[in-house]
Amino acid sequence: MARLTVAKTYKMYIGGKFARTESGRSIAIKNLQGDVAAHICHGSRKDFRGAVECATDAFPSWTNITGYLRGQILYRMAEMLEGRRDEFASAIQTTQKMTVTAARKEVDASVDCLVQFAGWTDKFQQVLGCANPVAGAYYNFTVPQAQGVVVVIAPQTPSLLGLIALLGAPLCAGNTVIAIGSDINPLPAAILGEVCQTSDIPTGVINVLTGSQAELYEHIASHRQVAGIYSASLAKKHRVVIEQGAADSMKRVRFSTLDNEAWYDGNATASPWNIEPFVEMKTIWHPSAC
Amino acid sequence: MRHAIDTVMVEQRAASFTTRSIKTKSKQQGLRLALSLIDLTTLEGKDSPEKVRSLCRKAITPWEGDIEPPLPSVAAVCVYPSLVKVAKRVLDGSGVRVASVATGFPSGQYPLKVRLEDVVEAVNDGADEIDMVINRGAFLSGCFDEVADEIAQVRSACGGAHLKIILETGELETLENVRLASDLAIQAAASVGPIADGEVFIKTSTGKVSPAATMPVTLVMLEAIRDYYEETGVRIGMKPAGGIKTAKQALHYLVMVKETLGNDWINPHLFRFGASSLTNDVLRQIVKQLTGHYTATYDFSEA
Amino acid sequence: MTIATQTNATEWDYSPAPDTTKITIEQKNKLFIGGKFVSPKSRSWFPTINPATEKKLADIACAGKVDVHSAVSAAKSALPKWSRLSGTERAKYLYRIARRIQERAREFAILETMDGGKPIKESRDVDIPLVAQHFFYYAGWADKLAYAFPGAAPTPVGVCAQIIPWNFPLLMASWKLAPALACGNTCILKPAETTSLTALRLAEVFQEVGLPDGVVNIITGKGDTGRFLAEHPAVNKVAFTGSTEVGKLLMRQTAGTGKKLTLELGGKSANIIFADAAIDQAVEGIVSGIYFNQGHVCCAGSRLFVEEPILEEVIHKLTRRLSTLRVGDPLDKNTDLGAVNSKEQLKTVERYIRCGVAEGAELHQTNTGELPAKGYWCNPCFFTDVQPSHTIAREEIFGPVLSIMTFRTPEEAISRANNSPYGLAAGVWTDKGAKIFEVAKKLDAGIVWCNTYNKFDAASPFGGFKESGFGREGGMQGLRPYVRLGGV
Repeated sequence: MARLTVAKTYKMYIGGKFARTESGRSIAIKNLQGDVAAHICHGSRKDFRGAVECATDAFPSWTNITGYLRGQILYRMAEMLEGRRDEFASAIQTTQKMTVTAARKEVDASVDCLVQFAGWTDKFQQVLGCANPVAGAYYNFTVPQAQGVVVVIAPQTPSLLGLIALLGAPLCAGNTVIAIGSDINPLPAAILGEVCQTSDIPTGVINVLTGSQAELYEHIASHRQVAGIYSASLAKKHRVVIEQGAADSMKRVRFSTLDNEAWYDGNATASPWNIEPFVEMKTIWHPSAC
Repeated sequence: MRHAIDTVMVEQRAASFTTRSIKTKSKQQGLRLALSLIDLTTLEGKDSPEKVRSLCRKAITPWEGDIEPPLPSVAAVCVYPSLVKVAKRVLDGSGVRVASVATGFPSGQYPLKVRLEDVVEAVNDGADEIDMVINRGAFLSGCFDEVADEIAQVRSACGGAHLKIILETGELETLENVRLASDLAIQAAASVGPIADGEVFIKTSTGKVSPAATMPVTLVMLEAIRDYYEETGVRIGMKPAGGIKTAKQALHYLVMVKETLGNDWINPHLFRFGASSLTNDVLRQIVKQLTGHYTATYDFSEA
Repeated sequence: MTIATQTNATEWDYSPAPDTTKITIEQKNKLFIGGKFVSPKSRSWFPTINPATEKKLADIACAGKVDVHSAVSAAKSALPKWSRLSGTERAKYLYRIARRIQERAREFAILETMDGGKPIKESRDVDIPLVAQHFFYYAGWADKLAYAFPGAAPTPVGVCAQIIPWNFPLLMASWKLAPALACGNTCILKPAETTSLTALRLAEVFQEVGLPDGVVNIITGKGDTGRFLAEHPAVNKVAFTGSTEVGKLLMRQTAGTGKKLTLELGGKSANIIFADAAIDQAVEGIVSGIYFNQGHVCCAGSRLFVEEPILEEVIHKLTRRLSTLRVGDPLDKNTDLGAVNSKEQLKTVERYIRCGVAEGAELHQTNTGELPAKGYWCNPCFFTDVQPSHTIAREEIFGPVLSIMTFRTPEEAISRANNSPYGLAAGVWTDKGAKIFEVAKKLDAGIVWCNTYNKFDAASPFGGFKESGFGREGGMQGLRPYVRLGGV
């Protein structure tokens, strides 16, 4: 008789811990054969609020460590993601009709994308910032600074690559992130927490929720502590909800225009112009005179 | 009187002391020195006579095991004023001194009259040393004369007892404030009358506020002591307190004292560690060096 | 209870604390060409010694003209495939190299100390971590070159000849190789004669990470080896760090060949302390500036300019601080100053010290303490009463020897600092922000350290003005020497 396996329970990843939703709700995820493959947590607005608190607490040290150290941490995350290549490929294939080759290609692209962002942590400042030649006896320089807590709304597909591509940008610049996984395939998001946990990512820097994205849009948009929102492309009615809610605390909101094959283009996903919306340009003046 | 300090470079210099490697003979010697420099401390609301008696016995004989040469006692026991008499009864004649916190420790937020009475009572009960707190509120609002005047009055109230002046560096925050407070405290004490070597100490912290003692803060204070010595020939003592829990840290501090002030300062008359759990970690390292084995936590008595 | 005021001086000093990690060293060290270790066709070898003990460590291959040609050919063959790899793929090789160096860090540090003489504390805490950082940093640029050169379509330069010195052997190798490889070039590295071992061990790392054959080649040897390499017609670019004298030779040698050239040469950097500086910390900076790495640093703060009112105070504090510096066995973890790299260099330093005395400056060399019987040692020292015209104020000594002069006004300090054919680095110490910016602006130096000294980072461009060389290493600007830009 075949050995009974110990099936994985999928939890959310908040404040460095694996937690079930406080709402007690779950969503059954059916595989391509129609069988229930897993139950994932149906995250609530209270879970989201808790995640915001964790991300807020984690922000000062994440933004103040050196870019070099942040880069090494992200590179380690890529190492851990690479190590779980088969698990993620299998998770992708569970609900999405893809060949093994295509699923592996998505994982490989995700790893490479993360490596690209690891390389930006101590360079985007040189590309986005500058010294300004003002007409006076002053030194004047513009330095980009992280904003704070950024919420990332992953695309429905590609369920892993899109998630990584969107969270990499605000993260590498020193923002802390709350990512909301795909509805169609939340499994990669559910496993991502394990990658974070094993890769020196400090508590609260990355938080991952699963459930129903649409249910959370209003709460994401209206939470005043959230500084920025980086979302996959959404239907207009959802964009309206988000942009209207964001007005109250003047959140920086960006909708990605990427779709399909464009996600696989490192120049499109890991462009510094995707980092730019999630940093503030601080310009410093100082007189220059003996 | 403002003395410019560059924080990043102070931190770099402080960190360089921690890369010194203290091994074999110098380690055993350093550990024993560290033990002899401890002000074994208990400062809790729930302190009772029996707790203090037990601490005093530990202070005299830190470890009952066989060891050649015998281990030194610690330098002093540090307690609240109401427990000075109890401590004195146990320690009198042992060579271990009785230090008392006073002046409304730890906050100091009491009328000056009350703070001074606090000192007088402790001295009358037999305290050899008084650990006072400076008025941080007055300091941070720039009322330096008031801060200095209070220190001078406390010194007078001490009579023959030695005075340690707690700056509470965690509340002063910047290294420039630490330097300013150090210089101010020493000058204020000197304004009362001549200071014999070791009669006056400057001390980092009460241990009730975090951060307590750190290497950079202590380095700045050691430099203030050094500059005063070069100017006047008087040796002021130094006491980092709070946050020094391991023997390794204690050795780093000794390296810093050695390389900043010289071996002259490494003795109980001029340097103390304000600590409690440090004692057992030092003992642990001493015993490990001799036997070659790591010890268990229960191998050493709790104070 | 009275307390004795007579202090009993405790004699507490540091026991020996040698790093006891054992490493193995190949007895016959071959050339690294086309991904393999090969014996030199020249059949020539030379010894490398440990300058702290004068004992031979190993034999090193001496590459002749034929060997150099093999190496260049290997680099040329490897170029098309390497340069056409996607930036992200090249990046991943460099990340692997960085990681592997971190894993083998202790081994590299010990080898560096044994071969070169620098204290293990420095190899371990400064050199090797920076080596890893350089590979890590430039790995990240490999697929981002379009952003470093917007609109200019960067492409690789081609085959790069890279000749490095003995003062930071592995670090200099990483400064050259990392940006070159990131930009899609292939390389031939020529380590310094007295310090080849860590570069050759790095070649093991290249093999371990699967770096394609011929992408990096290492040819050890003496002066001629470097010359053959720079002369080779298939070399597209020459990068050199070393003396200004050799730098000029290379400029003449490559004239008319179309080869790109970058040079990182000598210096006589000015370290300027104003009266309003945080003086205790400035003294730390003086010490980091000239005694770090025994003064074998091109950007060493070897000319100290002190604002007159604080001269006595600075001399007093510096003398006292020098007494805590420990000179001795580089493998002892408490050593601050190790061995001078070679007998020749020691002779040079001693000659300058004699010259300083002969010209009328006052020598302060107060460090006592027994020096080992064998090995090349120089106690740290400084000169006062130095005139700007003195040899020790003008020529690079490359040892733990500081020349101290004074100034009265900022303009005077700046003008004296700039009065040199060199222009590599400078230091400015003051608590006043506006003065920092103004003085930094007016100093003719490629690096200006303000309230700090000898700080290095892969993200920070390094290089000189005037005869200290041209081109930058580190930072975004460090990519420029290794790309061709379209339409430019």
